[in-house]
Amino acid sequence: MTALPALAPAYPELWLALSAMALLMFGVFRGEGSTRLVSWLAVLVLLIGIALVAMQPAESVATFGGLFVADGFGRFAKVLILLGSAFAIVLSLGYNRYERMERFEYPVLILLASTGMMMMVSANDLIALYLGLELQSLSLYVLAAFKRDSGRATEAGLKYFVLGALSSGMLLYGASMIYGFAGSTNFAQIATALGGHASIGLLVGIVFLSAGLAFKVSAVPFHMWTPDVYEGAPTPVTAFFAVAPKIAAMALFVRAILTPFGDIAHEWQQIIIVISTLSMLLGAFAAIAQTNIKRLMAYSSIGHVGYALIGLAAGTEEGVRGILIYLAIYLAMNVGTFACILCMRQKDQMVEGVSDLAGLAKTHPGMALLLAGFMFSLAGVPPLAGFFGKFYIFMSAINAGLYTLAVIGVLSSVVGAYYYLRIVKIMYFDEASEPLAKPVRGELGAVMTVTGLFTMLFFIWPAPLLDMAGVAAKALFP
Amino acid sequence: MPLLSIVTFLPLVGAAFIFLARGPEEIVARNARSVALWTTTITFLVSLLIWLNFDNSTATFQFVEKGEWIGAGINYHMGVDGISMLFVILTTFLMPFCILASWEAIEHRVKEYMIAFLVMETLMVGVFCALDLVLFYLMFEAGLIPMFLIIGIWGGKRRIYASFKFFLYTLLGSVLLLLALLYMYFTAGTTDIPSLMKAGLFSAQAQTWLWLAFFASFAVKMPMWPVHTWLPDAHVEAPTAGSVILAAVLLKMGGYGFLRFSLPMFPIASEYFAPFVFALSVIAIVYASIVALVQEDMKKLIAYSSVAHMGFVTMGIFALNTQGVEGAIFQMLSHGIISGALFLCVGVVYDRLHTREITRYGGLANNMPKYATIFMLFTMANVGLPGTGGFVGELLTLVGAFQANTWVALIATTGVIFAAAYALYLYRRIVFGELTKADLKAMVDLSPREIAIFAPLVIMTLWMGIYPAPFFDVMAASVKHLLDQHQTAMAAAKALATAAR
Repeated sequence: MTALPALAPAYPELWLALSAMALLMFGVFRGEGSTRLVSWLAVLVLLIGIALVAMQPAESVATFGGLFVADGFGRFAKVLILLGSAFAIVLSLGYNRYERMERFEYPVLILLASTGMMMMVSANDLIALYLGLELQSLSLYVLAAFKRDSGRATEAGLKYFVLGALSSGMLLYGASMIYGFAGSTNFAQIATALGGHASIGLLVGIVFLSAGLAFKVSAVPFHMWTPDVYEGAPTPVTAFFAVAPKIAAMALFVRAILTPFGDIAHEWQQIIIVISTLSMLLGAFAAIAQTNIKRLMAYSSIGHVGYALIGLAAGTEEGVRGILIYLAIYLAMNVGTFACILCMRQKDQMVEGVSDLAGLAKTHPGMALLLAGFMFSLAGVPPLAGFFGKFYIFMSAINAGLYTLAVIGVLSSVVGAYYYLRIVKIMYFDEASEPLAKPVRGELGAVMTVTGLFTMLFFIWPAPLLDMAGVAAKALFP
Repeated sequence: MPLLSIVTFLPLVGAAFIFLARGPEEIVARNARSVALWTTTITFLVSLLIWLNFDNSTATFQFVEKGEWIGAGINYHMGVDGISMLFVILTTFLMPFCILASWEAIEHRVKEYMIAFLVMETLMVGVFCALDLVLFYLMFEAGLIPMFLIIGIWGGKRRIYASFKFFLYTLLGSVLLLLALLYMYFTAGTTDIPSLMKAGLFSAQAQTWLWLAFFASFAVKMPMWPVHTWLPDAHVEAPTAGSVILAAVLLKMGGYGFLRFSLPMFPIASEYFAPFVFALSVIAIVYASIVALVQEDMKKLIAYSSVAHMGFVTMGIFALNTQGVEGAIFQMLSHGIISGALFLCVGVVYDRLHTREITRYGGLANNMPKYATIFMLFTMANVGLPGTGGFVGELLTLVGAFQANTWVALIATTGVIFAAAYALYLYRRIVFGELTKADLKAMVDLSPREIAIFAPLVIMTLWMGIYPAPFFDVMAASVKHLLDQHQTAMAAAKALATAAR
């Protein structure tokens, strides 16, 4: 009988898992009426989780026999994930009550998904990776179909489940190939076993692993599920999908590629370059024709994943730093945008058409201003935060000599600017057909304002975030 | 005292005041107008302090401010030299007139309009003051947002098409500049403009690519043929004050960019591409002048004449001699005032008849004599009549071009003749002839507010034509330094090439 492994590095995860179970029991005993309380308690749990993550020591600590590692990189990503989850719960409050899907399982599922995501970003082993990923995915499948009376939502849930299972299968297959050829599932040991040389079998493994991960971040050509799931799932769920799981999967992608295979970058770099290029182009061009704003945001997120992947293609510390900055800014922009989308209600009906925003500048000047800010930021126009995200990503690409990728990136950002501008145009230049309902719910307004101020005023004092991301990126390159 | 920061951000303070204004729409609109007018006027007066305290004898940057910002070689760095200082004054000088011109023309969403203009002023002044490449890019690009809204919300019938075209065209040019900026940052480790100006940072091959990336951005902004097509659309659809700002200041950013970045930072590439720029400039001058002749919309005609005049500017800059460069700067300043005034002239009749179609007018000399006189002066200045500001710049750029390439100068000179043709033709069709239409007869002459707008512009145009020396005194040292540096860099490159052989 060996002693219990050191638990301290995993305190935040343990806290979240235990709290989720406690809240589940609390909800069961208190019944359906307790949803609001459970939701706010879940937000509190997440905030305490952030505090726990923040209190962890700065250096990297591995535990559970090297399966799990707590380091600066993981801490940065975890804070973002927890923030995204907390925002998602706050955003869901009004909608869930309104659409009669107010059930206490909702915040509990988000907590469980967050636990899985935190395990993903801390995974230092192919098996731990898979466990975290599945905990996350299973919670998400349920969430997608949470509005069980809606045909669209259940369809989205089922689609997500089937395709997600397929991608998990691919990922597992890749993992088994890597294990077979490297003789270990531990990232660090794989790196030593390879010694800077990759056999064909291992490369096949990397390809399958990348395919599975590309599915999770919804990069082209594994993006097909994204628009349908985004459109079909209840809007607060979409808001959650767009942020926290994306960040977790991106962080996982970075660690699972760079730690074991960092020395053989030339072998996998071209895969990432192709995925990144295709994502940017498809995200930019396919979004032009969208009329549903959730679908539009789906394509927009595909495009943004493409930009973030540029940092991975660079494969440098600078690239990782760029990705982390990008993800943090992406979080603020997307949470804010979805807060605006959740305010789109005409009379007693939620609406999702882009054209329903017509004349918003007259009827809701404050919200229109914020949403315009998010759109310009997503388009990457300075001085808004989105520009800085792109700035550091492209910087890493230039420094790594990926000039063609950078040129394609900036050109597709111009194409992308078109559809973001179209939303601004609809809000500011068009006459209102039927104005959206007032007033805006308090918590939605607050979320919008906080993220909006961050997005618009980031340029005044960007140093703290940049420094933190720099420290976090260093952890991956000891 | 951080004079430059005050001038840059004072309009933003005014915008914040207007933003916070609450109450009935009419009162808010009235307050917004007055706050905007006061803010721009005070900004102009403060900016005059810059000129008063400006030291003409040195080419170094003055009023320098430096502060921590992003870190890692990217700082908040402001300063002006003889090339940029006058553009700051030009911007602050024109802004009060823009506000006055919009006084009655803008009837709805006045609050947002004034905020957009004040934000725009901050960004424009910032572009000319920035001594950090990232700061410059930030200001340069951010200006797209308010201008996009100004054209799109308060523009004419095809405003949406025009605003998108304006935004996307300009963005397309400047994203390439962003990549070049990142490359320079990577190579030099800093984005500080004075440090980047030091010779020999970039190899000849790198210079070629960097020059092209910067060119993509500035050529669109300028605009040079063949990427000028956004300008006529934007001008026609924008409200009067928007057109004034576009023609007077935004276009100058392109020329300023060539002088601030392309010439000093990439001297070898500038020399190499000079014939290419000459060719485009000459085409712009001749082609745009001919196109202007057949326009039926007044604003479009003036827009094409702007393209032609900017052709003189690029030609002068890449002549790479004192006359050419000084003439180009002077041409930009005088064109800023003259084209701005011409758009205001169009605005005067547009406010009365709500059409810009040239054939709808005729015979205005009979019932609007004051207007006819002022319009005549600016038409003549646009043609480049001696005694007006337009003449000095045009003459100097031509002299500069003659030294560099006789053929270029020869063809460009024909542009002056074309300019006379289209400008006088426009003037004849609007002001002379029989006054037959009833609605034209009902038009009243200039109001005191309008005269107040035009009077300073008339004085400036004549001053620049009769006694331009104060302007040349300001820029002389900086231009000399710029060209000396260029000569040194070229000599060094030649020596290197010979040594390699």
